[in-house]
Amino acid sequence: MTTATPDILLQGRDITQRWGGLVAINQVSIALERGTIHAVIGTNGAGKSTLINILSGEITPTAGKIELLGKDATRWSQPRRARHGLGRSYQRNTIFPDFTVFENCRLAAQAQVHRPWIWWNNAQKCKISVSSAESAITQAGLTEATDRPAGLLSHGQKRQLEIAMCLATRPEVLLLDEPLAGMGAEETERMLALLNNLKANHAILLVEHDMDAVFRIADKITVMVNGSVIASDTPDQIRSNADVQTAYLGAH
Amino acid sequence: MHTISQGRLAFLLLFFAGLALYPLIAGEYGVDFVTKIMIYAILALSLELLVGNVGLVCFGQAAFFGIGAYGAVLLSPQDASASWLWLLPACVAAAALYALFVGALSLRTKGVYFIMVTLAFAQMAYYVVHDTPLGGGTDGIYLYFKPGLDSAIDLSKPHTLYYFTLVFLVWTFVFLAILLRSHFGRALAGIKINEQRMLASGFYTYPYKLAAFITSGGIAGLAGFLFAVKDGFVNPEMMSWHLSGALLIMIILGGLGYLEGALIGAFAFIFLQEFFKSDAIFGSFAKHWQLGLGLTIIACVALLPKGLIGLPDWIHKRLYGEKRIITEKMS
Repeated sequence: MTTATPDILLQGRDITQRWGGLVAINQVSIALERGTIHAVIGTNGAGKSTLINILSGEITPTAGKIELLGKDATRWSQPRRARHGLGRSYQRNTIFPDFTVFENCRLAAQAQVHRPWIWWNNAQKCKISVSSAESAITQAGLTEATDRPAGLLSHGQKRQLEIAMCLATRPEVLLLDEPLAGMGAEETERMLALLNNLKANHAILLVEHDMDAVFRIADKITVMVNGSVIASDTPDQIRSNADVQTAYLGAH
Repeated sequence: MHTISQGRLAFLLLFFAGLALYPLIAGEYGVDFVTKIMIYAILALSLELLVGNVGLVCFGQAAFFGIGAYGAVLLSPQDASASWLWLLPACVAAAALYALFVGALSLRTKGVYFIMVTLAFAQMAYYVVHDTPLGGGTDGIYLYFKPGLDSAIDLSKPHTLYYFTLVFLVWTFVFLAILLRSHFGRALAGIKINEQRMLASGFYTYPYKLAAFITSGGIAGLAGFLFAVKDGFVNPEMMSWHLSGALLIMIILGGLGYLEGALIGAFAFIFLQEFFKSDAIFGSFAKHWQLGLGLTIIACVALLPKGLIGLPDWIHKRLYGEKRIITEKMS
């Protein structure tokens, strides 16, 4: 549900991405508000991941504009966006398997430390990154696994850790690329509960293939086909949208 | 927490204590020989920082070593002894400066391209000293007056140079150990495993890699300075790719990812080299020493994937048939 004055944290306007002759993304506009989960669905190759890569700064779009917390961030590098409140997770796990859950999160949080060149101090005694890591672990529900090497976690826990590492950087916007991929029913429930909790303080973009989950949890759904947005509305409206049914849902 | 296991601590204390006591029982040849190995160990540590801890396979480490060495000779006055108090930092700075130049350009490439670009820059430095009057050509140049500091620390005396080198070996080891557990070192560890994740977390990874590259080059320059002072002579072979390759073999042989690995690797490599070169043991076959050395290294790497540092594990496994993890990583 949107509030009376929507708190838009990340906005992409008329984003276009061409790879030679191929138009991967065609004039896509999207606005992420605090307190909402905004899902982007579409078949493989629809441009969902490219969109996330553009919003997070991994790819500079051919055309279009991106605003992060009211500032023009179109030309910002990925680290700069991360430092200004943007966190993203990946479709494939990007955790550090040899490190403990705690160290994974502490290292992510360390990006906020202002004087990283103080080479004689022990990083693990750094108060700022330790406290950010602890709160991220608690939020993500991984308290019991804190001291376990990340490589030994179950698949579901690894996905939770992926989110925890985002949270450790204290972001306001979360771009989540298929956080439910490969999860069992119980793990999915746990992840959905986590996302629901995070919603209050974050603007969340969710790219996901699990349609049941998407329609249960999303406040808004954008449907992409061949790089273009064909509909963007509430789940109920999307469900009954004729275009969407022909182009996408009907295909299943 | 980054706890160093008791076994590792005991090993290091014994290792350095052994080195400190060695000149009491050794002759002049032995002192000179171990000084040489300690210099290679410093050089191997500098490469270990890049390869083992950032995942940057630099195939041009010999250039920084050579620049430190040539710097020591070229910056020394012709007719008097220089003070090492300024000469040594100058050599380190010269090598670090070249590392800044090489790193700034080569770090824009990745993987095998990075290996080739660092090799190309090292070859460039090699040909500068090989083919120009600056470096004295293939014959190299002599350092007539070894640096000292009044008469207190006179580096022309083998024992003084031995302890001087040992101090810098310990210093390099401790410096790197502290560096690797700092914010800087942890960020490097993250970059090694997954640079994409580090960027997404908000790390500007390029300056981190460049700083590591410069640090590594500077330490290699320190080793070069020591080598020039030890031999009183430099030649282009110090910058050849053979040395860069031998250094890579040293750290792989010792065990990548561990500073001790670089120490063990340097000692093992030079000992093996001397062993296979020995006429007394191999007679006329000694001239084929590379064959014996190569086969031994292949056997070591095949049997011990973690390098020589994994030897205690391997022995324990053979004896008791179970796995014991002593080579612990930061947890």
